[in-house]
Amino acid sequence: MVMACMMSALKKRESGWNGMNRRKHAFSVSLALLLALLLVISGCSSNKTNVTNENTTNSPTEAPTEGAATEEPAKLPRVAFVYIGPPGDGGWTFEHDKGRLYMEEKLGIKADTVENVPESADAERIITELAQNHDVIFTTSFGYMDYTLNVAKKFPDVKFLHTSGYKTNDNMGTFFGKNFDASYLSGIAAGKMTKKNIIGYVGAFPIPEVIYNINAFMLGVQSVNADAKVSVVWTNTWYDPTTERQAAVSLLDKGADVLLAYQDSPATLQAAAERGAMAGGNDSDMTRFAPEAYLTNPIWNWGPYYTKTVQSVIDGTWKSEQYSGSLADGMVDIAPFGPSVPEDVKTLVNDTKAKLISGDLSVFTGPIKDASGAVKVEEGKTLTLDEILIMDWFVSGVEGTIPK
Amino acid sequence: MEIVYQMLLAAISSGTPLLFATLGGILIERSGIIQLGAEGLMLMGAVTACLTFVQTGSLTVALLAVCGISILLGCIHAFLSVSLRANQIVCGLAMTLFGAGLSAYLGKPVSGLPVPRAVPKLDMPWLEAVPFVGRIFAHLDVLTWFSFVLVIALHLFIHKTSWGLHLRAMGDSPATADVMGIRVQAFRYGYIVAGSILIGIAGADLLLVYSPTWTEGMTTGRGWIAVALIIFARWNPIRALFCAYFFGALDMLGFRIQLIGSEIPSYFLKMIPYIVTILVLMFLGWRNRNKPSGSPEALGIPYIREQRF
Repeated sequence: MVMACMMSALKKRESGWNGMNRRKHAFSVSLALLLALLLVISGCSSNKTNVTNENTTNSPTEAPTEGAATEEPAKLPRVAFVYIGPPGDGGWTFEHDKGRLYMEEKLGIKADTVENVPESADAERIITELAQNHDVIFTTSFGYMDYTLNVAKKFPDVKFLHTSGYKTNDNMGTFFGKNFDASYLSGIAAGKMTKKNIIGYVGAFPIPEVIYNINAFMLGVQSVNADAKVSVVWTNTWYDPTTERQAAVSLLDKGADVLLAYQDSPATLQAAAERGAMAGGNDSDMTRFAPEAYLTNPIWNWGPYYTKTVQSVIDGTWKSEQYSGSLADGMVDIAPFGPSVPEDVKTLVNDTKAKLISGDLSVFTGPIKDASGAVKVEEGKTLTLDEILIMDWFVSGVEGTIPK
Repeated sequence: MEIVYQMLLAAISSGTPLLFATLGGILIERSGIIQLGAEGLMLMGAVTACLTFVQTGSLTVALLAVCGISILLGCIHAFLSVSLRANQIVCGLAMTLFGAGLSAYLGKPVSGLPVPRAVPKLDMPWLEAVPFVGRIFAHLDVLTWFSFVLVIALHLFIHKTSWGLHLRAMGDSPATADVMGIRVQAFRYGYIVAGSILIGIAGADLLLVYSPTWTEGMTTGRGWIAVALIIFARWNPIRALFCAYFFGALDMLGFRIQLIGSEIPSYFLKMIPYIVTILVLMFLGWRNRNKPSGSPEALGIPYIREQRF
C-alpha cells in the first residue's frame, strides 16, 4: 500500500518533471508524497487499533456468544472485562483473566475483553462502547471508578462491577478483598528472611489501597522482627516494568535484601534475583519468574466471585453491593512459598493465617503508632474496614513519604 | 564512595541504550540527513529482539534479526529522504509513528512475557584490583563493551580516516563532495542504514539487558532524548558517551532522592530528566552562543546533483 502510493507519486513526479520550475515542483511533490505517506501510516495505525479492538472485543469471542444465544432460548448475559494491562503481565491482569476463564468454564459463557485501557477519558469511551452490547461489565482498575459511574448512569439496564473503588449506583457494584491480611502474612515471611533488616517496598501510587498494604506488611514484619525497617519508593505507575525495575534497583543499592512490590509486573522479583536478594510481587504466584529468589506475596482469586456474580445476574437476583472478599472465602490468599523459604517460616505463616481466618487475630489492632510516633490506634482497639480504606499514614518503621 | 560507584553503574546501565541510539543518530546526521525516527526504530529493535529471542533463545539470531529489520527500515527512510527528497523532519516523524504502531501490533503475543537473561556478562575479577574504576568495569555485559569500542571506532572513523572526511564533507557540502567524486546518494543510503542498525541495537539493548519484558511503548521517550543528545554531544561520539551517561544517571536519580527521605513529592521527581533537558539546552545555547553549532552545514537539505537551492 505504501509502495503503491510512492509509485504513483513517483510517476506524477516524472510526468511533470520537464519544467523550469523544478525546485518548487520537487518540493510540492515531496510534500504531497509525505502527506500521502502520513495518511497511509495513520490509516494503518488506526486500522490496527480497530483490528485489536475487534480482536479483543468482538471477533474470536462474540461469534460463539451469539451462536449460544440463538441456540438457547434462555439468553446468557453478555459479559465484558476492561483490563488495565495485558493478560500477560504475570500479575494483576493475569489473575483477572484467569478469573474470567474460570467463570467462562463454569457458566459456558464467552466473555469479551479489552486490554491496555488507560485510566483516562479513553476508558469512558471504551466502557460506553461495551455497554451498548453487553449486559455485565467488569472494570478492573481503581482509576476506572468515575468513568464506570458515568457510563452506569447512562445505561441503567447494564450491570457494572468495579474493582477496588468506593462509588456505587443502582446498577454499579464494587468488589475487592481484604488483601491487607495477606500482606501481613507476607510481612511475617519477609521479616523472618531478611538478614540485613532492610526491606524494600516498591509502591505504585500513594493511595490508601497501597498504603494500608504497606502498613499491614510492616506490622507483619514487626511481629517477628522488631529491628527491621521497610523503605518505600513510589513509581507512580501500575504497570511499567522499566520503571518498576529502576525502583527495585535503587532499593537494592540501598542495601535491601528482601523486596516486595505492589505492582502489576514481576520486574522487582527479576531485579532482586539478579542481585541474590529475595522478593515477592503482588496479585499472582510469581514463582516461575525467579524460583530461587521467590518469597511469597498476596494473591487474588477472582474466578468464584465472577462466577457467582454472573450467575446472580442470570437468576435475576443481582443487586448492587460493595463486596469485600477475604482469606476465609479465598478471594484473598498468599502464594505458595518459593523453594528457598524454610519450613519453620512456612509453618509460622500458615498458623497465623489460620488465626486471621478464625478471627482470633486482626491486623490493625492497637497499639499502633504512626511514623512520627503518635499513637494512631489505641491499645485494645481495632480499626474498622471503613477506617482502613481511607488510611493515609505510615506505621512506625516504614521509611518513605506520602505526598499530601 | 559506595553511592558514587552505584550511581556510575546505574548511569552506565541506563545510559547504554541512549548511547547506541545517539551514535546511530550521529552517523546519520553527519551525512546530512536529520534523524527523528529514533523512537520508532528503537521500539522496532526491541520488539524484534524480544520476538526472536523468545522463539529461538539465541542472542546471535536475535541481533541478526534486529539488524535485518533495521536495514529494512533504514532503506525506507533513505528512500524517502534521499531518493524522493522528502522533508526530513516529516520523514523522521513518520518513522517514529510507524515504528510505534507496528511494534505495538507485533508485540501483542509477547507482551508481558519475561525474557530470560540473554546477554552474557564479561566477568573480569582481576580488574577489581584497579582502584575505583576497576569495580565498575569488572562485570559489564558484552553489549556495553561493544558500545565502548563503538565510541572509539566511530571517533577514529569520523575524524581520522579519509572515509570519515568524505562523510563530513557530504554533511557540510554535498555538492563539493560530489565534485570530489564521492557518490553522495549512495553513501547517504549506506550511513542511514548503518545508523539505523545502531538505533535498532539500542532498542535490543534496552529489552535484552535493561528491562527484560516487552511492553508497548517501552522506550518511553528515550528515542527523543537520544535526538536531543545528538545536539548536546555536538555530533561527536566521545561527547555522546558522557552525555548519554549523564542522562542515564538522571533517569535513576528520582528514586534515590525518594530514598534519602526528601519531602519532594515523587511526581516532581519524575520530571527531573525532562527539566534537566531544558536547562542543559538553555545552558549550552548560552555557552556556545558565539561558536559554530557543530551541526553539519547541509543538515536537512536534500541533495540533487546540479540543482541550486
